[in-house]
Amino acid sequence: MRALKAELPALLLLGVLAVAPFAGFGEGYVLTLMARAMILAMAAVSLSLLVGGAGLVSMGHAAMMGFGAYAVVILDDARIVEAHVVLPVAILAAAGFALVTGAVAVRTSGVHFIMITLAFGQMAFFTATSLAGYGGDDGYTLYARNTVAGGRLLENKLAFHYVCLGALAAAWLLCRMLLASRFGRVLRAVKGNPMRAQALGFSPYPYRLTAYVIAGAIGGAAGFLFANATEFVAPAYISWQRSGELLFMVILGGVAGLHGALIGALGFVLLEEWLSHQWEHWRILFGVLLILAVLFLPNGLSGIPAQVAKGLRRG
Amino acid sequence: MTMRIELGRRAALGLGASALAMPLVARAQAAPVKVGLVAVLTGPQASLGTHLRDGFMLGMRHLENRLGGRGAEVLVIDDELRPDAAVTKVRAAIERDRCDVIVGVVFSNILAAIMRPVTEAQTFLISTNAGPSPFAGRGCNPFFFATSYVNDQNHAVMGQAAQDAGYRRVMIMTPNYQAGRDAAAGFKSRYRGEVVDEIYTPLTQLDFSAELARIAAARPDALFTFMPGGLGVNLVRQYRQAGLGNIPFLSAFTVDEAVLPAQGDAAVGFFTGTTWTPTLPNEQNARFVRDFEGQFNYVPASYAAHAYDSAFLLDSAIRRTGGNMADKGALRAAIKAADFRSVRGNFAFGANHFPVQDFWLAKVAKRADGKFQTEHERKVFDNVTDPFAAECRMPAG
Amino acid sequence: MSTTLLLVQGLNGLQLGILLFLIAAGLTLVFGVMDFINLAHGVQYMVGAYFAAFFAAQTGSFWLALLLALPAALLFGLLLEFLVFRHLYDRDHMAQVLATFGVILVLNQGVKMVFGAAPLQVPLPDALTGGIRVMEGLLYPTYRLAIIAGGLATAGLLWWLVERTKVGMLVRAGATNAPMVAALGVDIRRLFMVVFGFGAMLAGFAGVLAAPILSVEPGMGDNLLILAFVVIVIGGIGSIRGAFLAALLVGLVETLGRSLMPDLMRLFLSPSEARQVGAALSSMLIYIAMAAILAFRPAGLFPVRAS
Repeated sequence: MRALKAELPALLLLGVLAVAPFAGFGEGYVLTLMARAMILAMAAVSLSLLVGGAGLVSMGHAAMMGFGAYAVVILDDARIVEAHVVLPVAILAAAGFALVTGAVAVRTSGVHFIMITLAFGQMAFFTATSLAGYGGDDGYTLYARNTVAGGRLLENKLAFHYVCLGALAAAWLLCRMLLASRFGRVLRAVKGNPMRAQALGFSPYPYRLTAYVIAGAIGGAAGFLFANATEFVAPAYISWQRSGELLFMVILGGVAGLHGALIGALGFVLLEEWLSHQWEHWRILFGVLLILAVLFLPNGLSGIPAQVAKGLRRG
Repeated sequence: MTMRIELGRRAALGLGASALAMPLVARAQAAPVKVGLVAVLTGPQASLGTHLRDGFMLGMRHLENRLGGRGAEVLVIDDELRPDAAVTKVRAAIERDRCDVIVGVVFSNILAAIMRPVTEAQTFLISTNAGPSPFAGRGCNPFFFATSYVNDQNHAVMGQAAQDAGYRRVMIMTPNYQAGRDAAAGFKSRYRGEVVDEIYTPLTQLDFSAELARIAAARPDALFTFMPGGLGVNLVRQYRQAGLGNIPFLSAFTVDEAVLPAQGDAAVGFFTGTTWTPTLPNEQNARFVRDFEGQFNYVPASYAAHAYDSAFLLDSAIRRTGGNMADKGALRAAIKAADFRSVRGNFAFGANHFPVQDFWLAKVAKRADGKFQTEHERKVFDNVTDPFAAECRMPAG
Repeated sequence: MSTTLLLVQGLNGLQLGILLFLIAAGLTLVFGVMDFINLAHGVQYMVGAYFAAFFAAQTGSFWLALLLALPAALLFGLLLEFLVFRHLYDRDHMAQVLATFGVILVLNQGVKMVFGAAPLQVPLPDALTGGIRVMEGLLYPTYRLAIIAGGLATAGLLWWLVERTKVGMLVRAGATNAPMVAALGVDIRRLFMVVFGFGAMLAGFAGVLAAPILSVEPGMGDNLLILAFVVIVIGGIGSIRGAFLAALLVGLVETLGRSLMPDLMRLFLSPSEARQVGAALSSMLIYIAMAAILAFRPAGLFPVRAS
């Protein structure tokens, strides 16, 4: 029962997203916006598995999305648009990149891990900009969204909404189960005290690498969806700024649980959208809100209820 | 993520507000025409987007905020130079805000990103700056027009100018991205002499001293370069400081009014290939430049001029259809007629919806009032159609 | 490539390295002593350049602008410290990253609101407008030599401060083991403030120096910030000496890689491919170097922190 209570915020949020199209948020552009938020949330959840679960703060997670997105591009250029082919390729491409770079990166930790993942992300970025055949820096416009069993299911906004929601829920569930398993406990033990874990006979390396590859694979799936959502892919998707944004979503939401990443990503995207309507220099407001959030919400947005409860008890 | 600027009602948002305030007598006659104006307004390249926005807004002011007899609203959209953000915002402008037409766009990658979402919604997209060659050739589209040029054309102008000037050995330097490589190709399409070397620099490069040393070592007759925005500011000043000023500096989008204030004296005497300069002698242009400087207190660049033209183009087209924007075929024909007076003088649309126009060799000069501008030297191409038009098989809308 | 050209490129690399060092020095001290990740360090460089542009426009003199911009950058750094950063010292790295990113957003947009989006210029000081003829047709600008000289002098001063003064001793001790220094009764908050203000001033100084050769525009510090982080990670966090050597290394690799890589690629590829691949590779070069160094020496070249 207690376990269920901990999952309540995430389940509630997913439930809200499920009914949103029929609760006055079914307009085309709102669906577009929610799809964007859910896809970024999916990447943020996988990043949260690394940050919250394993203490691996990656500054190159956008590259995972990039590999997924560019898999869509390269197959699209070869006129291969069947989702049942493209999606596995996208996932494998990202997982493969994660495996190769992770093999080096997870040997380090702390700020060195941040920097080495940044370095690999930058390498992926510069590689993408030099892909002249796929638009280089200008990016690549897809001929159409991927097809599902020959049908144009993803073109339908409502259907795409539920595809994204399903993918997000699946990613969340997978990460949730991983963290609750023995694997997750070892990860957390390694994060809390690497020396002790090692003394107990756990070499942290394979556990961290596995987590990194799984997070990469989910990122690749998110990249697949992102390419289909925007029907366009550019190296900008891999820039370090995008990696930073994903990280900010995770931190803003709170790293204590996976639902923090969900809340953070949705909050980040919606706040950006809302603020930009208010003032030409809205980024100032956005920056100030980020600073205030850090100063006054030590556990992120997801920590607000506990904080309020504590305040009430004290008051 | 759009900034709503409804002319007249909520014009207090940053844009020479009071001047835009207009009485609203006309609004009752018909629902206003809604224009989505896409420009980059944040980040290092924001000054180009500011030119574009201000140029269009001045056009609207001169048209008394009416397009073809109907009232008009302009929704300014900041694309942030992020393709995915641009797609989201432009979709919102079409689906939520019911924009009738999307205008603007400084950078090609943003245009490429929003091309499908806009044209597939059967909404007209009028680029006032970005003009990637695929959209002029095989990728031409019945819902897409450009009031600017094909990107390669300004570079071809410089290639022709270098050829005409009799330079035998030219060095080329551009950033290492698609537009940079296109620039080199455009230059070489007209230049027949020897290209000593081609240097491609990272797009984020700040310091050109390594490249300047290579140029000095090669001692070419001239340099051709394409360095938009802040890149150009750095290059031009460092080029002067390195004492290379005696090697003719041929460029496109590198020394223009958007960056001249920061380049200052260092840019004087440098050449650029362009469709327009503030000095082109026609009545429409004189009024545009005078009022632009009066209202915004800086010298307009071609980004502003093309956007200004686009406002008049829209006005003429909507007038021609009698205010009807629902009949897409009629509206297309009306836009294609281009029945307005351009600040560039000659202006017509070719079969691929790109302009047939003149191109100029221009030179940077310091004006008597201490401000800098480009001044036209001579016409390089007369009423020219872009080389990609032949590849365009315009589909029926 | 001729020897002269190589020499000129070496000077260019040195000059980039010096600018990087001035930014990285503050970053590495703040990180090393306070264990504080300050993403907003890059905007302090930008703020320095904007102060220079503003004062140069007001006074018409580069030297006066330099003189006024330094204390202004210092005060601005202290103001930020007072308003935001001092509340973050006890927080984890992630909170610091998020909050200082907020500061970047505010300041990048703030200078745009105040000064406009268009790049500004700072004229060269009159005494340093000329150049030295290093080869046929190429002047090496005196101003760039002045940057190298000024940067080296600053590095020397910094070395003296850190190695030979009492404050410097505390800074070094703090970088090795901050809790211990606090336990010994040193007012660590004040030490932090001094280090922080000094770091901000150094970054501002770099901004002022760069203003006459680079365009002064919003966001100008963002890419340099990433390079500066590369520098301090390669050099070893908290180490001034490491930051100095790593900055020169990064400066030289960047500059020489850019000019040599295309030639190198020409040995294997056709000229046009060589240019493009060479350009892409040279952009990656410092990241490849960093990844390699971290893979073999995870704590950087000159590790400081007692683990």
